[in-house]
Amino acid sequence: MTRHTLSVLVEDKPGVLTRVASLFARRAFNINSLAVGPTEVSGISRMTVVVDADGDLIEQVTKQLNKLVNVIKIVELTSESSVQRDHILVKVRADAATRLQVTQAADLFRASVVDVSTDSVVIEATGTPEKLAALLSVLEPFGIREIVQSGTLAVGRGSRSMSDRALRSA
Amino acid sequence: MSKGSPISPSLMAAKSAGAPKAPEKVDRPADAVVDNAATLSPVLGPNNVVPPTVMTGSEAIVRSLEELGVDDIFGLPGGAILPTYDPLMASKMNHVLVRHEQGAGHAAQGYAMVTGRVGVCIATSGPGATNLVTAIMDAHMDSVPLVAITGQVSASVIGTDAFQEADIVGITMPITKHSFLVTDPNDIPHVMAEAFHLASTGRPGPVLVDIAKNAQQGTMTFSWPPKIDLPGYRPVVRGHNKQVREAARLIAAARKPVLYVGGGVVKAHASAELRELAEVTGAPVVTTLMARGAFPDSHPQHVGMPGMHGTVSAVTALQQSDLLITLGARFDDRVTGVLSTFAPHAKIIHADIDPAEISKNRVADVPIVGSVKEIIPELSEAVRNAFEQSGTPDLDGWWAFLNNLRDTYPLGWTEPEDGLSAPQRVIERIGALTGPEGVYVAGVGQHQMWAAQFIKYERPHAWLNSGGAGTMGYAVPAAMGAKVGEPDRVVWAIDGDGCFQMTNQELATCAINKIPIKVAIINNSSLGMVRQWQTLFYEGRYSNTDLNTGHDTIRIPDFVKLADAYGCAAFRCERDEDIDATIQKALEINDRPVVIDFVVSPNSMVWPMVPSGVSNDQIQVARNMTPEWEEED
Repeated sequence: MTRHTLSVLVEDKPGVLTRVASLFARRAFNINSLAVGPTEVSGISRMTVVVDADGDLIEQVTKQLNKLVNVIKIVELTSESSVQRDHILVKVRADAATRLQVTQAADLFRASVVDVSTDSVVIEATGTPEKLAALLSVLEPFGIREIVQSGTLAVGRGSRSMSDRALRSA
Repeated sequence: MSKGSPISPSLMAAKSAGAPKAPEKVDRPADAVVDNAATLSPVLGPNNVVPPTVMTGSEAIVRSLEELGVDDIFGLPGGAILPTYDPLMASKMNHVLVRHEQGAGHAAQGYAMVTGRVGVCIATSGPGATNLVTAIMDAHMDSVPLVAITGQVSASVIGTDAFQEADIVGITMPITKHSFLVTDPNDIPHVMAEAFHLASTGRPGPVLVDIAKNAQQGTMTFSWPPKIDLPGYRPVVRGHNKQVREAARLIAAARKPVLYVGGGVVKAHASAELRELAEVTGAPVVTTLMARGAFPDSHPQHVGMPGMHGTVSAVTALQQSDLLITLGARFDDRVTGVLSTFAPHAKIIHADIDPAEISKNRVADVPIVGSVKEIIPELSEAVRNAFEQSGTPDLDGWWAFLNNLRDTYPLGWTEPEDGLSAPQRVIERIGALTGPEGVYVAGVGQHQMWAAQFIKYERPHAWLNSGGAGTMGYAVPAAMGAKVGEPDRVVWAIDGDGCFQMTNQELATCAINKIPIKVAIINNSSLGMVRQWQTLFYEGRYSNTDLNTGHDTIRIPDFVKLADAYGCAAFRCERDEDIDATIQKALEINDRPVVIDFVVSPNSMVWPMVPSGVSNDQIQVARNMTPEWEEED
């Protein structure tokens, strides 16, 4: 099993997320993370789907995804040819005694403190899954109260745009 | 993925439609587009121009169907679709009122299968819509162009568990090619045009259009033709030249090639093209359950149907082949048996319009994405060139081997020991007395396999059955739809006593609407195929397969009385000597449906058979009898 990051351009229509998600479910693929949002083209959304699967299966799922009428284009982004980032918000226990240590740890990871209360702080961080895991392990001893994490966002390196060709030929 | 022009194979098909003697239909708008190929529009129908006109959503539904060239609709009204049934009453389209929505779905399938046009069915929300689910799934499995229109509760109450509310779009998502939920009446024309375009082009399939009641009741401005906006839908029609040449190279090098022909060739109306390719290559042809008739049974190169109940010659041809030229087939498990042991020495050429079918089950050495209607003629040309360069391959040894198998293991049956008629004989006689211009529609089970084996198919669109889904109850309503689509043909439903009891209510529809189908109930008083498996694999423990409809039983129901009650001509045939005369009587009646209760032996079994879970090499021609393979070269 290898990890694959798929960028999927879809029409922004009701039910499209269900159609995509249920295809993965049918093939018993575990979606590792999923992020959906609007793009530079109105009416077109982009999904970033991270899945663990063997090569043959990912090809079959890609073909099946392509059969969905609302799916416009699918590109698999490798870690070398793309920038991939997760976003995280962590609520960490931090009182007067430990607050400085916690904020220093956050600084080391170029994370920022976005909320402070008497006994906790909320830290916001962006990075690869590996970097965020490292941040969490450093914060762990202080006491993690809550974690909220986005799906991975990925974009190809260089000047080419995924939506360019897909929409021109439509 | 390369981009192809959005040309419908079913549209192109009509240019050289497979059935040369098909009765001419005067008013066939689907063909009108073809005649004017320069204006190939993705909107089906004659492409009339309708200036903006204010009307209700329900009027727009009916008007869209008319503009799309629809002549016949199968349906049953209810609360949420009621507004649409009102303008439908004034339309010149023929609406056939069924007795159960499943019947409407299968009828639309049967209609589509014989005509190549989109079948249309209508139902109301909730249970009306869910009753269509089996037919939609069936159409999905067998790639039948179908548009199902369902009423939905008003948008303001969707999601509140309103009366007769069902999330039919959600329910059918995995079994439709696409689906739409319409809540704004202004969306109706383009959604309807898109639905018909999707259903009929590329790999055909079912499309659901769920229309909320408020969208039917609201007013909108109708104009035609609408703009089709499907940026994610671009089926590839033309095969890649390089791949076609590579395929031809493999064919020129092969010594044991087989044309493995699937239902896609029937859907693409590519029988004439296939025949040319077969004769250019000289290769044996096998036609799958979905492709029976795509290549004439009488043609010397036809070696039979492959698969679990295929002929020894067809199954063995695939197993021993060194090259499968796969056209519109999908390596279904009923054809391959245990996949890892299927055709172990063969290279694979796989031509299909659906890229997801290629290398899904068996990896293709030469994949060709596109319509077989386009690919096959190009392949024939490329093969001719390849043969000119490298010589016509010598297939004599291959043919000697296959001819020997054909002679040694022809299809046949043993007479039942209980003195009752052999079901195979009944079916064989129906085919012989009706001839190849008839349409034969089967249910699912033993009678289906016998109908595939013992009727001689000479033309495409003559054989209809539920192949992928295996839907018991398909035959009667599908035959009804086929008869509506091709009223001048004799249409037989060859049904089982189990299947018949699932959908026989449509006999009422047939009788009242003067749709004179003929139903042959192959009555072995049991769920025969299940019983066969119980005989073979469960030590003859017949758990819940006895239906008590046949010889020496209480006969509930009495099929003759039942058919009589439905206003059909009804006969019972219990002896071999009456078979021909009874079939003749049925063939002479054309003013009402005919039902014949053929009482046959419950002990007859379908042979040959590849038992489930073993290699096709283990094919048995009779119980525990596997051919000797030493004689192979």
